[in-house]
Amino acid sequence: MELLAHQVLAGFATGGIYACLALAIVMIYQAIDHLNFAQGEMAMFSTFIAWQLMQWGIPYWVALFVTIAVSFVAGVAIERVLFRPIHDAPALSHVVVFIALFAILNSLAGAIWDYNVKSFPTPFGSRSLLGDGLMSAHDAGMIGVTLFMLVMLYLFFRHTRVGLAMRAAAANPESARLAGVRVGWMNALGWGMAAAIGAVAGVMIAPVVFLDPNMMNSILLYGFAGAVVGGLTSPGGAVVGGFAVGVIENLAGTFIPYVGRELKLTIALFIIVAVLTVKPSGLFGRTVVSRV
Amino acid sequence: MTAAMLLETVGLCAFYGATQVLFGLDLAVAEGGVTTLLGANGAGKTTTLRAISGMVRVAGDIRFRGQSLAGQAIEDIARLGIAHVPQGRGTFVRQTVEENLEIGAMSRRDRAGISADIERAYGYFPRLKERRKQQAGTLSGGEQQMLAVARALMLRPQLMLLDEPSFGLAPLIVQELFAILRTLNRDEKVSMLLVEQNASLALELADRAFLIETGQLVMSGAAHDLRSDENIRRAYLGY
Amino acid sequence: MKQDTKTLTAQATAGSIADISLTMWGRAIAVAGLIVALLLPFVVKNFLIFQLTLALIYAVAILGLNLLTGFNGQFSLGHSAFYGIGAYTAAILMDRADVAYYWTLPAAGAVCFVVGFLFGLPALRLHGIYLALATFALAIAMPQLLKSTPLEPWTGGVQGIVIIKPEAPFGLPLNADQWLYYFTILVAAVMYACAVNLVRSRTGRAIMAIRDNPIAASAMGIDVALYKSLTFGVSALYTGVAGALGAIAIQFVAPDSFTVNLAIAMFVGLVVGGVGSIPGTLFAGLFVLFVPNVAEQVSKGLAQAVYGVILIMVIYVMPSGAAGFVRMIVGRMARVWP
Repeated sequence: MELLAHQVLAGFATGGIYACLALAIVMIYQAIDHLNFAQGEMAMFSTFIAWQLMQWGIPYWVALFVTIAVSFVAGVAIERVLFRPIHDAPALSHVVVFIALFAILNSLAGAIWDYNVKSFPTPFGSRSLLGDGLMSAHDAGMIGVTLFMLVMLYLFFRHTRVGLAMRAAAANPESARLAGVRVGWMNALGWGMAAAIGAVAGVMIAPVVFLDPNMMNSILLYGFAGAVVGGLTSPGGAVVGGFAVGVIENLAGTFIPYVGRELKLTIALFIIVAVLTVKPSGLFGRTVVSRV
Repeated sequence: MTAAMLLETVGLCAFYGATQVLFGLDLAVAEGGVTTLLGANGAGKTTTLRAISGMVRVAGDIRFRGQSLAGQAIEDIARLGIAHVPQGRGTFVRQTVEENLEIGAMSRRDRAGISADIERAYGYFPRLKERRKQQAGTLSGGEQQMLAVARALMLRPQLMLLDEPSFGLAPLIVQELFAILRTLNRDEKVSMLLVEQNASLALELADRAFLIETGQLVMSGAAHDLRSDENIRRAYLGY
Repeated sequence: MKQDTKTLTAQATAGSIADISLTMWGRAIAVAGLIVALLLPFVVKNFLIFQLTLALIYAVAILGLNLLTGFNGQFSLGHSAFYGIGAYTAAILMDRADVAYYWTLPAAGAVCFVVGFLFGLPALRLHGIYLALATFALAIAMPQLLKSTPLEPWTGGVQGIVIIKPEAPFGLPLNADQWLYYFTILVAAVMYACAVNLVRSRTGRAIMAIRDNPIAASAMGIDVALYKSLTFGVSALYTGVAGALGAIAIQFVAPDSFTVNLAIAMFVGLVVGGVGSIPGTLFAGLFVLFVPNVAEQVSKGLAQAVYGVILIMVIYVMPSGAAGFVRMIVGRMARVWP
């Protein structure tokens, strides 16, 4: 029983990572109705930018804010430059462009900063809370940051005009245009915000998993899984989903035999798929009832 | 007619991909007037409205207050003061009734004016006020139609394009809706281009009418002239 | 992904219309292409023949994926798993059981059909991006399963299995690569013919109806669940047979040859060739084989980045894939010369 509690808590700590990324994923999904497969790479690239700024002597918090700003602009630019020309193209073609973006960012990062693993500082210190190193100060800080972003996003979407315009543009682009909403720019804004959130996620994650161009690969998958389990229409659900995935992954690794580090990912994903077969729209997603 | 028209189309052609669906329409909506566009299913009435709103590829001229609309983006045409109430209502189903109205006013900046207009919309549509915090998707068909009209009103439009507002609604609700449309035209000075299959209702509200068949204009004139025309009565009014 | 269905419909419907109007030209081109292909080994270097064999194998694999995603609307990012299962089936049969190489193909097909069908059953409840995630999970699982200890006596674990390329039969004056090339063309021709037949049949129309409007399809009396699972099975069969051929061609199978990257490459190929287009898969096979090489030649260190840029350019020029591009050109020409 005590082992179970331990592992749940440890899973919670890693779950913070996935929750953070899941939030960025759902954010952009709400804005543009597509899953951004390059989200992890964008976050990774942003983290490298932050790292580089700090290598040049810029203090942590300044570097962080500059990175967030740069990421925001880059996100907007990617939407306007890369995706605007193909907005009429079929959905599957969009997915290929996402894949292309993934390849470009991964390759560029490797070429600029090489593939050696680098350490990344944390502003929270690495003191261990809760006794036997299950949760460190950084883990707690990461969870706190994620929850803070979630609250900010909620306030933005529910209580600002721009937030409502973005929701309208995503929900019904044609009607939104007829109301005078500049849907293209709302999409770009969504991308910018997702990029900024991704930057924060990357900066929070890097101290734990160390910085290298491939750091986001499996995390992205867990992040997707978390977003999907929580229900892609719900930022709160994404966060819960992220934590859930962290716990599931840890429990699977501890209690199911033959499961090494790699098979953990598989088991976790399959359990998530099992959840989806029972609840196809995720735990908190809204089931769309289609009337015949 | 020497008065300048609010909206005029000259030789309007429209295309879905390579297929041409409108063949040189000449329509007009007078300032403060109600023009109705009649025709059977598939005649091209909806396409005409979509062409004006910039939603389909066009050739020919569309002039709003003398300014050409050709090639402009949908949202820019809307911001010129043309509000389109689309077929199927275009409701934002996951947003509340009040949010739907706020979205309608998104291109405006005057907070006080918007709040006042929301209250005025509730004045015209008291049922919407009752449901202001409800998710719009849970409203009945008639209520969603009223919401669509109210949302269009929030734009403070000079011209409203209405696509089959009576579609799928019970007769009593339709009467109510059309009475409100008449009031809006008279009191709020909103000109209207009304597409309808329900010809008798449309001809009662409108002052001018155009009849199209397979993308071509076949008749036009004052509404009451068309109402008493033999052919129209037999074909579209059923008596 | 709400857009999927409508745009897939438009593409595939247009595809079949183009097929009909291109019938005469299309057949002529196909015959000409086949003749050229048959004559190639006598004019071209052996390594290129080997590469073309692989390209054709990928084309068949992607044809399998197309049947599922393009014609039935089920989004799969996991076909590398079926390719791998087919490959390992062939390798195990040839190496451990001394089965002749030509029998491994139907065996691989049968095994993959069963696996695909079984996977298709729970997949019935998942749509769009959720199905993509589930199939992606399958693709990730495959290398791990292949490396896992319980299965090692069969799979050879991390080291994999080595097999021997078959020699030409009846003492024909062809080397092993050339023979395999002709053998692959034969197999591919049969499989393409079957696919075209399937798509044009009543079953094919039912499959496409399910993609376009599942509710209407079931209202028309189509057993949606059965057809979707069967399509999954057939799709896996095609990709599995391709996998078996691939194993024979490369003479080697190992877990890390069948990772997610392969599934993604197949998906990219599908889109680039044209979703819902059978001829498009040939272009897809060539693309998947040759373009990564081209990218690496442009820049060794930034190979992936170059590949990404190429992909983007391809999508800009041909948003509906090569098939869509050809359709558009033909359409334009038809307007000029009515």
